[in-house]
Amino acid sequence: MAYSDKVLDHYENPRNVGSLDKSDPHVGTGMVGAPACGDVMKLQIKVNDSGIIEDAKFKTYGCGSAIASSSLVTEWLKGKSLDEAAQIKNSAIAEELALPPVKIHCSVLAEDAIKAAVADLKAKQTDKEVA
Amino acid sequence: MIGTNIYFDHNATTALDAAVLEAMLPFMTQQHGNPTSRHSFGRHARSAIERAREQVANAVNAHPSQVIFTSGGTEANNLAITGIASCYGISQIVTSAIEHPCVHRPSLAMKQRGWKHSLLGVNESGMVRTDQLGALLNTETSIASVMLANNETGVMQPVAELAEIARRHGVTMHTDAVQALGKVKVDFAELNVHAMTLSSHKINGPQGAGALILDKRIDIQPIIHGGGQERGLRSGTENVAAIVGFGAACELIQARLSQHDSHIRPLRQRLENGLNKLGAVIFGATVERLPNTSFFAFNEIDGETLVMALDRREFAVASGSACSSDSAEPSSTLLAMGVEHDLAKGAVRVSLGMQNSREQIDAFLAVLEHEVTRLRQLTAIAV
Amino acid sequence: MSVKTPIYLDYSATTPVDARVAEKMIPYLTEHFGNPASRSHSFGWVAEKAVENAREEVAKLVNADPREIIWTSGATESNNLAIKGAAHFYSGKGKHIITVQTEHKAVIDPVRELERLGFEATFLQPEPNGLVDIEKFKAAIRPDTVLASVMLVNNEIGVIQDIEAIGNLCREHGIIFHVDSAQATGKVAIDLEILPVDLMSFSAHKTYGPKGIGALYVRRKPRVRLEAQMHGGGHERGLRSGTLATHQIVGMGEAFRIAREEMELENARIRRLRDRLLNGLQEIDEVYVNGDLKQRVPHNLNISFNFVEGESLIMAVKDIAVSSGSACTSASLEPSYVLRALGRSDELAHSSIRFSIGRFTSEEDIDYTVALMKSKIGKLRELSPLWEMHLEGIDLSKVEWAAH
Repeated sequence: MAYSDKVLDHYENPRNVGSLDKSDPHVGTGMVGAPACGDVMKLQIKVNDSGIIEDAKFKTYGCGSAIASSSLVTEWLKGKSLDEAAQIKNSAIAEELALPPVKIHCSVLAEDAIKAAVADLKAKQTDKEVA
Repeated sequence: MIGTNIYFDHNATTALDAAVLEAMLPFMTQQHGNPTSRHSFGRHARSAIERAREQVANAVNAHPSQVIFTSGGTEANNLAITGIASCYGISQIVTSAIEHPCVHRPSLAMKQRGWKHSLLGVNESGMVRTDQLGALLNTETSIASVMLANNETGVMQPVAELAEIARRHGVTMHTDAVQALGKVKVDFAELNVHAMTLSSHKINGPQGAGALILDKRIDIQPIIHGGGQERGLRSGTENVAAIVGFGAACELIQARLSQHDSHIRPLRQRLENGLNKLGAVIFGATVERLPNTSFFAFNEIDGETLVMALDRREFAVASGSACSSDSAEPSSTLLAMGVEHDLAKGAVRVSLGMQNSREQIDAFLAVLEHEVTRLRQLTAIAV
Repeated sequence: MSVKTPIYLDYSATTPVDARVAEKMIPYLTEHFGNPASRSHSFGWVAEKAVENAREEVAKLVNADPREIIWTSGATESNNLAIKGAAHFYSGKGKHIITVQTEHKAVIDPVRELERLGFEATFLQPEPNGLVDIEKFKAAIRPDTVLASVMLVNNEIGVIQDIEAIGNLCREHGIIFHVDSAQATGKVAIDLEILPVDLMSFSAHKTYGPKGIGALYVRRKPRVRLEAQMHGGGHERGLRSGTLATHQIVGMGEAFRIAREEMELENARIRRLRDRLLNGLQEIDEVYVNGDLKQRVPHNLNISFNFVEGESLIMAVKDIAVSSGSACTSASLEPSYVLRALGRSDELAHSSIRFSIGRFTSEEDIDYTVALMKSKIGKLRELSPLWEMHLEGIDLSKVEWAAH
């Protein structure tokens, strides 16, 4: 399968690989996919007190397109508010990376991972407020 | 130069062109990948096949996606007949009476499964009777197959006209263009058939490759099942080197077609002038034929004996199609034309190629005159 | 000696044509170009003689009579002819077929086609080591079983089935026994005088011969009958029509001659390389060899790397040409059906690599490959959330995944 240069670049030099402390109240963690399906994406975001994402990290078990999709969104997420982050659409990811039709699900997974991370963070913050 | 062992059997097979061999060699050694493999070895092989697909398509004015590579003409004809028939319920198949065995026999196999098989006759010149086709085509008919040029007589068949009649009756039309390719223009779109068979080794390409050109709207079932190559229509690891050679040979025929005609037609004229002088009967001489083919007989001379005598004098000719060389029966094509059994047994086929020369024709005629005289004397003594 | 990349370690997908084979073939592409069916001149006779010499070479490798060898366009066609040809011919006696889930597609698909035409088929599941349990085979036999097809060597995991035992069972029950040996020639000694096999498929291009040519062994005593699948000029005793590609046949003959003469030495050398590769890769954590290691051809190593995904693995190792699963199924994203039949999880099936070593593989190639695998697996695991969880001691089988 031919990969685009951008996919290859993210695959060869993935940005923001790693993990954040998932017990940190400022960290939201999203884990989507399943090993049996061939992709698992873990995306973490860390917000500052004004609610802006200041760091994002990922780990991905999946094909080159899945790795590239998650690497790309960690770059996009930094500096965005949670609401802005939730606006990121899979189509934008697919377009940026020139994903072929059989790989569109990788960009869908990345969008889901963002939503899951944002939801996790919001849930934590609500818990905190309640507490 | 005359040389020894002169080859006059180009309708049986042809010598590989040096340029074709050059194109093939890398794929026999360094570029050895399996086209299904995803690594770079596989991808190189895959793109070579796709290039060959374009070359084959271009040579016959088809689209590359219409090309299904097979192991040769026989397989492509079997695929066309059996594969298309298995998508229909039991019905009727119509073929001409002069088809190659690899169209005729699969049709007989369909007959064993309950199909009706009807034969379309030919006139005394060896041309299929278009006037009969309409009557044979009825609601029961699903497939018709008529070759573009006959392998023995070289007579061109009115395939475009037949295809039009077939289409009017909603019948799927196939043509075996194996002998026509490289010798006359073959235009898939213009012929307006649904399926067409091609072979590599008749056009100075390698043995082991052929193709079925298929209108993709036609339903067809594979006859070889497995790994799903060729869109699932022909499983098995592709014969990359042969396919590359087939593609290269197709590209060459496009460039050489007019050259081929202007070289070969006068040679055959020269041959047939001589044959006429010797009193030969030339079959199909009054109708349009492949420019390289001359099928003839001498009264009271056995074709097999003459061919053997010519071989001893180092001229390679055929007594019928190579595939039926084993059988002692006279050519079924000639019998279908109404040629008398005894004369048909005398038939000899000369099929010329680009390497043949005027000198070779003259030498051949001299030897032929000698042999014919000698054999006539033997016959006279025997009587 | 420096290593030239990409390193070819996919000899089970196809092999390069041996230079000696190519040399033997070329005259039949140039001066001896005759059609072997042409009986009226020496061009034809020269070609015919070459075809018959090659037939003898093929027969010799497997200790058969040359008259038992039928040329085809390759193992796929041989398998189709054997399975459909025998099933149709003997359908009067019964319509049940036994085969194995791990067979090549070129066996499975013709059997499936026969199912569509009213036959019934049992697809035996092999044991977790890839081998067929003889008792299970025995239990699958029915009074109406007419045909069984079991491959000698599996293309993905290289395990060698006990063809003799299965063949004896077939003999006892009057079942026609077909064996796909495409992956076996030159790797396993085959003696058809001893083996109770009725039909056997061969391929040239897996044994350093050209693509586009194969053969089918059809036993004469007791005689096995087939219904031809390709009709025409009546070549190959009517069993397989079509002009024979002389140069390819000559190539197959020469390739099989070389295999016969050199396989013993070659296999010893290749086995050492395979063991070196295995030892190197086993230094990596969480690797699993697929298929029995003892009853296996010397050149195959199929191994799963846990916690890395298969496609990214293939991307990471593009300096070596290997297969993930069979070459014929790798166009799809499905995990290998062979490994699934062994009971491997989808994840391990996905992350498997088949290394197949051959005539032109060097020790340097193997060392380079081991070093490359170690570094790339390390990098991918660094990226893998599953590896991280594994190191944290989480049992992944207990995790509820948000599958979509």
